[in-house]
Amino acid sequence: MVAEADPIIRVQGLRTQFGTQVIHDNLDLEVRRGEILGIVGGSGTGKSVLLRTIIGLNRPAAGRIEVFGQDVAGATPEERLALEQRWGVLFQDGALFSSLTVAQNIEVPMKEHLGMPARLRDEIAALKIAMVGLPPEAGSKYPSELSGGMRKRAGLARSLALDPDLIFLDEPTAGLDPIGAANFDQLIRRLQVNLGLTVFMVTHDLDSLHAICDRIAVLAEKRVMVIGPMADMLRHEHPWLREYFHGPRARAAQPQLREGPDGQLEEVRT
Amino acid sequence: MADGWLKAGLGESGAVLLQAGGQWDAQNVTRLDQQLRSLAPGDNAPMVLDLDQVERLDTAGAWLLYRTVKARRAEGGQADFTGLTPAYQTMLEQVAANDQPAEIEPPRPPTLVAILDRVGRGTVEVGEEAKQQIAFLGLLLVSLAGTLRHPSRLRLVPLVYHMEKVGFNALPIVGLISFLIGVVLAYQGATQLQRFGAEIFVVNLIAVSVLREIAILLTAIVVAGRSGSAFTAEIGSMVVNEEVDAMRTLGLDPMEVLVLPRVLALVITLPLLAFFADMMGLFGGMLMCWGALDISPGLFLERLQGAISPWSFWVGMIKAPFFAFLIAMVGCLEGLRVTRSAESVGQQTTRSVVTGIFLVIVVDAMFSIFFAAVGV
Ligand SMILES: Nc1ncnc2c1ncn2[C@@H]1O[C@H](COP(=O)(O)OP(=O)(O)OP(=O)(O)O)[C@@H](O)[C@H]1O
Ligand SMILES: [Mg+2]
Repeated sequence: MVAEADPIIRVQGLRTQFGTQVIHDNLDLEVRRGEILGIVGGSGTGKSVLLRTIIGLNRPAAGRIEVFGQDVAGATPEERLALEQRWGVLFQDGALFSSLTVAQNIEVPMKEHLGMPARLRDEIAALKIAMVGLPPEAGSKYPSELSGGMRKRAGLARSLALDPDLIFLDEPTAGLDPIGAANFDQLIRRLQVNLGLTVFMVTHDLDSLHAICDRIAVLAEKRVMVIGPMADMLRHEHPWLREYFHGPRARAAQPQLREGPDGQLEEVRT
Repeated sequence: MADGWLKAGLGESGAVLLQAGGQWDAQNVTRLDQQLRSLAPGDNAPMVLDLDQVERLDTAGAWLLYRTVKARRAEGGQADFTGLTPAYQTMLEQVAANDQPAEIEPPRPPTLVAILDRVGRGTVEVGEEAKQQIAFLGLLLVSLAGTLRHPSRLRLVPLVYHMEKVGFNALPIVGLISFLIGVVLAYQGATQLQRFGAEIFVVNLIAVSVLREIAILLTAIVVAGRSGSAFTAEIGSMVVNEEVDAMRTLGLDPMEVLVLPRVLALVITLPLLAFFADMMGLFGGMLMCWGALDISPGLFLERLQGAISPWSFWVGMIKAPFFAFLIAMVGCLEGLRVTRSAESVGQQTTRSVVTGIFLVIVVDAMFSIFFAAVGV
């Protein structure tokens, strides 16, 4: 089922700009099928913009973006629709439809794309609500009645509604309590293992990066400066990377990693 | 890869054998769901679900399988899976672990109760709104008095900005509408008055109706639709983004920052707009008289002086600041009453326009009675 060879996302020579402000210049990135890729970078380096560009919400100024082997910018409306059913997106602040309850939000893609009957929709919505760790009564609440963390979980549930092959997450664990964040990491990991899900995750959560990311891409100087597994990041000499992965918060996140040899780093990610 | 399918057959020792295969995923579950639901409940024979030929299983597909087995077991029957790979096993376990019914919508009362409920709520709402409007009026006046005492606190830049938006930018539409109304009045009046050979009185008709009522009323209605709604939507979106809350925590008074500049801008510009509408209305009437009735502009102006007293003009103008105050106040109040959803912005904007126009007409009627009583 998992074809290792061809990447699920391929970005080549991407350039994005707003007016004269260039955000990405000649950026290349490949995301492999079935991996969890973490995107890190300073605030304002264009992580969210990269995500939006890949899913076709921003038009790139130059370059080529392929998802599932399909050119996103050149897709016909039908092709786009097919693409959209194969990926799920969790926006930085949830982006739930405010006039619908949480359960109805989750049901939107099932109703629009698959025409599922109401009863089945309700059942699956309930399942997704439980999966992301929301209490049952949250289903009938409106987004304005939820806490920030709950909104995020609801947004995740909606992005998982169609059991996509690929999900884009923009800072999914920001705003969750540590236990919730750890559960969330595990949920992502589990889905990835069971469904062959590919995850494109913008995150600043060092615990997530350690716990679940197969590879990490560092966005700096308008391009992907380094990409590789955690071990590479820890070894890298670039000052920003040293600061990021060896700063005070980083040390707290990875005490047991620093002792063993590199082989042991893999084991901690369960 | 094949679409998901399901075959029912007979297994060993009389068991019902359900063979599943292909893609059991979200794309296929609608069909599979129907198929599973239409399965005859059968007797209490044990059921075996064979997943050997399933190529792909996601949570939606796993849910269907799990639900079928669960239902059979709940009836006291026996049900089991065969042909499970470890991945499918985990998927089914995960679904089982998350099996909890959830609420989909807030509970809905029965229809009759719901109707009564709505009527009741609507009634209370009207009273509540009137109360809020009066309270808001009080707040606004206090804030206004504060600004009068400390004029330096007045925010000049937003004031000028809003004056441009609600006043200057409204000139074309207000002018055009008044001009056309002047034309229509002249034409309609002339055809009626011609029958008595009194078409010269069309000047009186135009002058009195435009100056006293029509110009200001039309201007107020256009402005309520144009600017009252804009006030509500602007302030409402800020409420949705928690900007108004943020303002309060920063020690800024939304009344002073958001409401006062808008109210003052409208109170200052609406009389000017009304004056412009007066002129355009008369101009339209004059052109029509000249073109269709051969009443030359010179004659028109001469009749005009005879037809009206300064009061005809002032009766219209006096009303302008009152209308402006009402429209702006309602627009801002409805904006602040937005709750944190996009839908509520739309609702309050509608309400703002409707209430604004309603109040303008009510107050206009009150003015008519007042002017009749004092005899101007
Ligand atoms: N719609 C837009 N118009 C103009 N500039 C924009 C727009 N969206 C983003 N930018 C700019 O692009 C840059 C990158 O923004 P982006 O939101 O991708 O940052 P980020 O890396 O996600 O940061 P954070 O970690 O804070 O979320 C910023 O400088 C921002 O000002
Ligand atoms: Mg961002």
